[in-house]
Amino acid sequence: MSEFLQQVINGLSLGAIYALIALGYTMVYGILRFINFAHSDVFMVGAFMGFYAGKILPHESMLGGIGALVFAMLVCAILGILIERFAYRPLREGSKLTVLITAIGVSLLLESGGQYLFGADPKSFPMMFPSKEFSLGGIAISSNQILVFVATAVLLVALQFIVLKTKIGTAMRAVSFNPQAASLVGINNDVVISFTFGIGSALAAVGGILYSSNYPSIDPYMGILPGLKAFVAAVLGGIGNIPGAAMGGILLGVIETFVNGSRYSTYTDAIAFTVLILILLFKPAGILGKLHVEKV
Amino acid sequence: MNPAQPTSKEMGAAQSTAVVAKRPRGSNLVARWPKTLLLAALVASFVLWWFSNHINPYYADILIKIGINIILAVSLNLINGYTGQFSLGHAGFMSVGAYTSAAVTMFVAPSLIGATPSTALTVACFVLALYVGGLVAAVAGILVGAPSLRLKGDYLAIVTLGFGEIIRVIFRNIPKLGGALGLNGIPPYTNLFWVFGTAAICTYVVLALVHSTYGRGFIAVQDDEVAAEAMGINTTRYKIVAFVIGAFFAGIAGGLYGHYTLSIDPKGFDFMRSIEIVVMVILGGMGNTTGVIFAAILLTLLPEWLRTFEQYRMILYSFLLVVLMLTRPQGLFAWRRKTKPILAA
Repeated sequence: MSEFLQQVINGLSLGAIYALIALGYTMVYGILRFINFAHSDVFMVGAFMGFYAGKILPHESMLGGIGALVFAMLVCAILGILIERFAYRPLREGSKLTVLITAIGVSLLLESGGQYLFGADPKSFPMMFPSKEFSLGGIAISSNQILVFVATAVLLVALQFIVLKTKIGTAMRAVSFNPQAASLVGINNDVVISFTFGIGSALAAVGGILYSSNYPSIDPYMGILPGLKAFVAAVLGGIGNIPGAAMGGILLGVIETFVNGSRYSTYTDAIAFTVLILILLFKPAGILGKLHVEKV
Repeated sequence: MNPAQPTSKEMGAAQSTAVVAKRPRGSNLVARWPKTLLLAALVASFVLWWFSNHINPYYADILIKIGINIILAVSLNLINGYTGQFSLGHAGFMSVGAYTSAAVTMFVAPSLIGATPSTALTVACFVLALYVGGLVAAVAGILVGAPSLRLKGDYLAIVTLGFGEIIRVIFRNIPKLGGALGLNGIPPYTNLFWVFGTAAICTYVVLALVHSTYGRGFIAVQDDEVAAEAMGINTTRYKIVAFVIGAFFAGIAGGLYGHYTLSIDPKGFDFMRSIEIVVMVILGGMGNTTGVIFAAILLTLLPEWLRTFEQYRMILYSFLLVVLMLTRPQGLFAWRRKTKPILAA
């Protein structure tokens, strides 16, 4: 029983990180209806920014950790806005395939550029936050895992607040609902889309730092697998749906941890895609999503 | 873009394609004498092989790589270009063919034809192995295609990408096929004739198919799926056919690759390999076979010329991809402009 609970805790903390990355995918999809392939590499850049911030900031202190988070969030938000401005905005009226290929191109550019700038060899991520092991009735919980839960919960609530209660959040929902009508009532679509990319990328940066705190080996290609899995999580919960993305991420994290603990552990990387194919077959709109019928 | 509100540009495009059946882009020459050209290409590849002893081994190596890349790019062009379905799993199909045909020549053939077979038997066995590899890859194409082709653009790309990863994980877990270390000791059967002969056949099949009455359906699916469906075209069926034929030739290319490099491992067929093939198709111009062949040649030669710049290769590829999409989405080699619709809206 305690082993089962231990697996659940581990799964939840992995899932919370997937949820953070999935939010970025789902927000961009909700507004622009395309998959931002480069998102997984923004996640990687976030991890590296944390790594470089760790060279100046004090290790194993709350202040240093939060400083690294803020720094990485800022850099990634700017990066996300720049990517949107220079790669996606000129193609907004273009065909979906063109945008998709561009997104893949940007993703590869960030990876190969990262390999050139940061070096191809894996680096070990510093301990930014104070680390401690707690024991709760035979279940070990590390302070890192608690940090992941707290950060994800806080960011989710903040995001829900922004989307549902603020002016810019209302504008975001309006653009997502109907971009033409939104611009007719005086919403500047460009600003809203830039803002969405900024927020999504900042969340990816947090995900990157938290992920690297738990799996402290970072390299320029580290984003591919977590990114794809987070995308699967977004589809699982219903793409375009913020609570759905969080739920999908956590569900996928738990499933994956259990498979990893079983004798099929060598198949772990294939699990996410199997889940994706199953969900697309049986409930293509995801758990919380609504199905749209395409009209001519 | 909200699907409910097409822009005036989109509506114009839909109308004009409905009125004017667009001729598939491809050279006139090929359309007029397809069989003669196929024969000529086969003879040419035979001559090339005949003189292969006189070719510098380095150039022969590059030629074989070019040929394999042409097969891969032309077959992917049927899926991505002519039919407009974005597949990111071509390396996955290639690996299925490579492993299957290697397994046939290594494990099945010795019991069929004995330990010291004659040359004719060996050749027959090799052709059989390639064919079986292609067929198994085609079956994989159906398995991936049938459920996922109901999906559009981005989803399909992710599912095919996921399929490539799943295949890799599966091969890594089969000890008989070498597991993560890969399969070694594949007999060296591939030569210039087989590679360029297959490339010629592959190009012929794709072009003949697309230029046939039946094949107009592929282009209809690419132009406007909803309109095609309204005209009574079974879009799902066309997509699956494109997938199966594309996967079949990718499988054969994989078989040729395996019997040339003599050792294959799951890492050699990763996402990056798929991307390389996709870049060839995009650079050549989607749905432009001549351009795609040129792009396959160029992108095989480029790394050889840029050997000293090896570390910048991927930067260059990805940068090229983005810039191309922003400035020339029709591809680098689309020198002819799209045929203008007669009744433009």
